[in-house]
Amino acid sequence: MSGAAVPRIELRRITKAYPSVVANQDISLTALPGEIHAVLGENGAGKSTLMKIIYGVVKPDAGEVLWEGRPVVVHNPAHARDLGIGMVFQHFSLFETLTVVENVALGLAGNPPLAALSRRITEVSEKYGLPVDPRRLVHSLSVGERQRVEIIRCLLVNPRLLIMDEPTSVLTPQAVRKLFETLRLLAGEGCTILYISHKLDEIQALCTNATVLRSGRVTGHCDPRAETPESMARMMIGKDLPHPQHGLPTPGVARLTLAALTKKAADPFGVGLEDVHLTVHAGEIVGIAGVSGNGQQELLAAISGETLVRSKLSITLCGVAVGRMRPGRRRRLGFCFVPEERLGRGAVPRMSLADNALLTAHRRGFVKRGLVRFARVRAFAQACIDAYNVKSGGPDAEAKSLSGGNLQKFIMGREILQQPKVLVVAQPTWGVDVGAAAFIRQKIIDLRNEGAAILVVSEELDELFEISDRLAVIAKGRLSPAKPLRDTNVEEIGVWMSGMWPGAKATVDTPPGAAEVPRALQA
Amino acid sequence: MRFKLEARPEPSRRMGYLSPVLAAALTIVAGFVLFSALGRNPWQAFYTFFVYPIHDLNGVTELLLKASPLMLIGVGLACGYRANVWNIGAEGQLVLGAIFAGGVALHFQGSESALVLPAMFVAGAVGGMLWAAIPALLRTRFNTNEILVSLMLVYVANLLLSWLVHEPWRDPEGFNFPQSKQFTESALYPILLAGTRLNLGFVVALAAVALGYVFLNRSFLGFQLRVAGLAPDAARYAGFNAGRMVWLGMLVGGACAGIAGMGEVAGPIGQLLPVVSPGYGFAAIIVAFVGRLHPVGILLASLLMSLLYLGGEAAQMGLNLPSAITGLFQGMLLFFLLASDVLINYRVRVVRPAAAAPAPAATTA
Repeated sequence: MSGAAVPRIELRRITKAYPSVVANQDISLTALPGEIHAVLGENGAGKSTLMKIIYGVVKPDAGEVLWEGRPVVVHNPAHARDLGIGMVFQHFSLFETLTVVENVALGLAGNPPLAALSRRITEVSEKYGLPVDPRRLVHSLSVGERQRVEIIRCLLVNPRLLIMDEPTSVLTPQAVRKLFETLRLLAGEGCTILYISHKLDEIQALCTNATVLRSGRVTGHCDPRAETPESMARMMIGKDLPHPQHGLPTPGVARLTLAALTKKAADPFGVGLEDVHLTVHAGEIVGIAGVSGNGQQELLAAISGETLVRSKLSITLCGVAVGRMRPGRRRRLGFCFVPEERLGRGAVPRMSLADNALLTAHRRGFVKRGLVRFARVRAFAQACIDAYNVKSGGPDAEAKSLSGGNLQKFIMGREILQQPKVLVVAQPTWGVDVGAAAFIRQKIIDLRNEGAAILVVSEELDELFEISDRLAVIAKGRLSPAKPLRDTNVEEIGVWMSGMWPGAKATVDTPPGAAEVPRALQA
Repeated sequence: MRFKLEARPEPSRRMGYLSPVLAAALTIVAGFVLFSALGRNPWQAFYTFFVYPIHDLNGVTELLLKASPLMLIGVGLACGYRANVWNIGAEGQLVLGAIFAGGVALHFQGSESALVLPAMFVAGAVGGMLWAAIPALLRTRFNTNEILVSLMLVYVANLLLSWLVHEPWRDPEGFNFPQSKQFTESALYPILLAGTRLNLGFVVALAAVALGYVFLNRSFLGFQLRVAGLAPDAARYAGFNAGRMVWLGMLVGGACAGIAGMGEVAGPIGQLLPVVSPGYGFAAIIVAFVGRLHPVGILLASLLMSLLYLGGEAAQMGLNLPSAITGLFQGMLLFFLLASDVLINYRVRVVRPAAAAPAPAATTA
């Protein structure tokens, strides 16, 4: 790359207003060939809208887009792909009933032969360390694996500008490092990368340039390598970042016990649970780390009762054997659960927040003689909105009208305000901005200090190290012993993620996603 | 210039309500075209079809009489449809209700007891529920498709009724016609308005609408049905039993259809015949959807559908048109409704040719 290179992409005073909000106001941004450029901002800062304008999904109201020095109007994503722009979206667009290779084929022009395409997918996935079996059906993939498919889909067409919208939210640190190697490799080949994220450490490690957005406006440009996370956070949220207050645990009685929990995989590509043992006491937070797709979904569904296990004794909740109990009866014992999928599982997208409060909190006297007491439900929803600082149109706003972070705050609030004895949370802060994430983590810790037993399953190690008292690792459906946090570190947990903890049964297969772990650790 | 369908950012609430109105208007417009094509004066045909049938008290009571089973079944079906339980076999459940109620009436032939009618009511509901229980059981046990099973059971029910009136229950003094004895007074719904055929069944249907409203919009069970329909994973997460929702949706629909069948034999028909319904069970599906699965909407839609039945009869007599005209109008109404429903999620945008041109070559160079 010569220094006088024409910018790959240049935005001039882009403005886009929606009926209720100005998403982008006078935004300018320039990225050179081979540059990894961060677009930094909280949820709702306008990052996604800006990227959609570049990708032709959204038309700007004003401003200019220059592609390799020439003004262009990007009409639609197909046009963008023709220009050489690829985008990996935060929300996946995959058909669940089709296989990986069929999904990829749908996004390509013409009618590529599937066998050849499968080989290409395997090639690309090996080259860039994104292991995925092209023949698997998408519905059986975890969120992390689905994201790999989306990334591979983009890389197949050799883009000259790659837009990554929050790509690392479900990857392990090792996998993130591997992805970064991939991205640096791409950048070295001359590809420009626009990297959208709110994770400051990642941006520092990867990007050479950053544009910071707040409330739809540019609030700063910087070289992330010359900044500290604190200084970038200040640019991003306009104030200093709060840090969760932890304190020492005071574990009490065992509230949740898994004993020899074994469950066969429900589908041929799924992961089963094998001889899982775990105890969570009152007043402690136990974290479960692991690469996505190693049995987390199955474990959570078994604990919540969404799938039943063979022996009622393998799960004990507050002293009651619940393995054969349905979710409603477990909740009656004081069990609350925040699932990974917020829309469609944790909340009904087309229902109001009040109705969504009723969904799980109905035991708080919201039903009398079979009829719903709507006034009480609304009051509870309003209390939840106030206490958790949920930005919404009030209790009548539809769940799907909320941003991911705000909906997560609402769901967390709904479950925590029920004062659970046992709270299980999956991916508490996935896709949530830093401010809200710190808030949610603090609420989890507060609940622990009030004496609840808490199990957090997360694919973000930083988060687990921040809030857990003890940490276990799940790999290929097996669970490691839970180690007190002070006795372990990121590197050890990283090794455990490949299934190699002391006393683990020797296995021939490596767990999904483990292949890159040892290499990444050497790096 | 061409038209383009563009996805709305969120479904239009206004179009949700306007779509049935638009569908009704388009049906009438298409009717005009149809009548003209058949060589009838469209204005006169319109009058004969839509106005003449309700120009006097007798007409209005007939309208309400025919609307009663439609709204009753429609409300019942809406309970299931809200939970994505697709009971298409209300016609069969109606027939079973008629058979069960008719069996009670024939067994107590000649009795003056005031309990005969309530017994028929219960028997009708039980008959409809039994018929609906078959697809419910097969779906919850073996994961069969309730659409197919409930639909196929309609034909079984019709043949069962046909056999009964041809063989065991045939009136021995009926000149060999395939029909049962006439029911006695105690087995008939009381007439509401002397000189007309409007009977207590109308009140029952209105009560069903009111109960349906409370059940669907105020009760916790109705809430669970809606959740199960909108987001099955959320229902499982919250601990609502999916199998129970299927049973509930099917049984409520079956009970309402069965009661409607009882109302036909205890009302305008007064005996068992080989055919006890002019397709109310199927028309009620259209009623439920035109009424947006909302009891009040269903009430209005049932009146419209009833008018189509009456108009069809009037068109046969007054305009010399074939009886298929009723089905034709029902079909058009459903067709236009489904077409109009596209506008809930999409809007029409006019695209000028210039704006639709492909990107200039220079930008891709």
